[in-house]
Amino acid sequence: MTIEEVQNEIIDEFSMFEDWEERYQYMIDLGKDLPLIDEKYKTEDNIIKGCQSKVWVHANMNDDKVNFTADSDAIITKGIIAILIRVFSDQHPKDIIEANTDFIDKIGLKEHLSPTRANGLVSMIKQLKMYAIAYQTQLN
Amino acid sequence: MLDVQNIRKDFPILNRTVNGKPLIYFDNAATSQTPQQVIDVIVDYYTNYNANIHRGVHSLSQEATDAYEQARVKIQKHFNAKHSHEIIYTSGTTHGINLVANGFSSLLKKGDEIIVSALEHHSNIVPWQMLCERTGASLKVIPMNENGELILSEFDALLNDNTKLVFVNHISNALGTINPIEYIIEKAHQFGAAVLVDGAQSCPHIKPDVQALDVDFYVCSAHKLCGPTGVGTLYGKEAWLNKLPPYQGGGEMIAEVSFEKTTYAALPHKFEAGTPNICGGIAFGAAIDYMNNIGFDNIAQYEHDLLEYGTEQLLKIEGVKIYGTAKEKTSVISFNVGNIHPYDIGTILDKMGIAVRTGHHCAQPIMDFYNIPGTVRASFMFYNTKAEIDSFISALKKAIMMLS
Repeated sequence: MTIEEVQNEIIDEFSMFEDWEERYQYMIDLGKDLPLIDEKYKTEDNIIKGCQSKVWVHANMNDDKVNFTADSDAIITKGIIAILIRVFSDQHPKDIIEANTDFIDKIGLKEHLSPTRANGLVSMIKQLKMYAIAYQTQLN
Repeated sequence: MLDVQNIRKDFPILNRTVNGKPLIYFDNAATSQTPQQVIDVIVDYYTNYNANIHRGVHSLSQEATDAYEQARVKIQKHFNAKHSHEIIYTSGTTHGINLVANGFSSLLKKGDEIIVSALEHHSNIVPWQMLCERTGASLKVIPMNENGELILSEFDALLNDNTKLVFVNHISNALGTINPIEYIIEKAHQFGAAVLVDGAQSCPHIKPDVQALDVDFYVCSAHKLCGPTGVGTLYGKEAWLNKLPPYQGGGEMIAEVSFEKTTYAALPHKFEAGTPNICGGIAFGAAIDYMNNIGFDNIAQYEHDLLEYGTEQLLKIEGVKIYGTAKEKTSVISFNVGNIHPYDIGTILDKMGIAVRTGHHCAQPIMDFYNIPGTVRASFMFYNTKAEIDSFISALKKAIMMLS
């Protein structure tokens, strides 16, 4: 699936929820299911700055596609990362770099997009794209 | 007695909704809300007599100057300072602390010691570290116990003839502990050290008498006691303020200027370079009037009831651990629930219209002491109610259910 197709799939899932409670419960459940990062990658270097909760992200590339694993000590933050990883994992770096993230608004999480928001969703997206840029440079 | 329902009518913001729910504002330790009486003063200033002060010959300037200087006298009386020129307007607590720290850089030398408490806000540690770097003085820390109280025997042991300055907050922002500043001031003075007290968290709850305390410097921010942001005060004993050099150069703070030499203006203007926050100063005075009309004894009594009630209700919830259980504390409850991250609780509470603080509250050393990433902090003011605490408790239970 392309990034856009995954995003549309997520928008469809969230459209079934009637209120914030169902939305957040779903995110919390996603957070619980998030494939955990290997303990050895939970290093200071892999922490994303600008979050009130701790967020670790690790990336690797296989067959020209980037894969992400991540973890956080806060469950809602984990849910948000789980969504981002689902969108950006197993994609070509060029597509990650070019992807827009308007879908976040469409699934009712716009409030998390503010750059000053303590969970740093903006910092997370930036970090994932930075990894993609680094891998794209390797491919060139 | 305090009539909370009437008082709530003074605060227009308490009528608004957040995420479709009535706002419950429990982030008062970060900033308090503003009553209509203070908002009116701000509107009146810009509507009727906005002008630059102290140098205009025209009427508006005179009116603005009078109002600004009258507010200074209100602040003086509130703190029971001996002279109004011992009240320096600042942009807030942090500014006041930096002003004193900077002033001491010309008074300290290598080998001198500064004592700070382990209960400090970040803003209170950094200026002293910078001061020590500049002067070669060293920084000593009064440790705290598990309840969040300063260990006074350790403080006694730190004091010696090299101690030049002691810095402590009156009340801890992260835990609500009321520190025994009377004891600290008396002991420090026995060694000739000056004492600077950070009153940011105490001023909304306690009316300090700086002469009775015999404190050398006392700082606070207006926005913690129903005033606007961006203005605060530094009280300093006249003798100390005369000893400290000016902090910033500019207009207002000079008597005569030539290229060879400038003579500084007398107190308080020596420390008030440039055009000040005129409207803010006047509104600060109005906020002090507002608080005194309600009465600090009434406020203390009412908030103590809220604290006891909130603590009791919170402790009924399984897994709740409260940090900061000092015998003397104000209406601040810092807590965690089991292993749930404070950020998660704060996010869910916000969805239900409840504003609390989460995180390390700019007091990382305290969080390190307890080995936690942060806490949820609910802080109450005299306009909060037990009914709001009940709503907060049921919202918290819901959050715990969702997050477990």
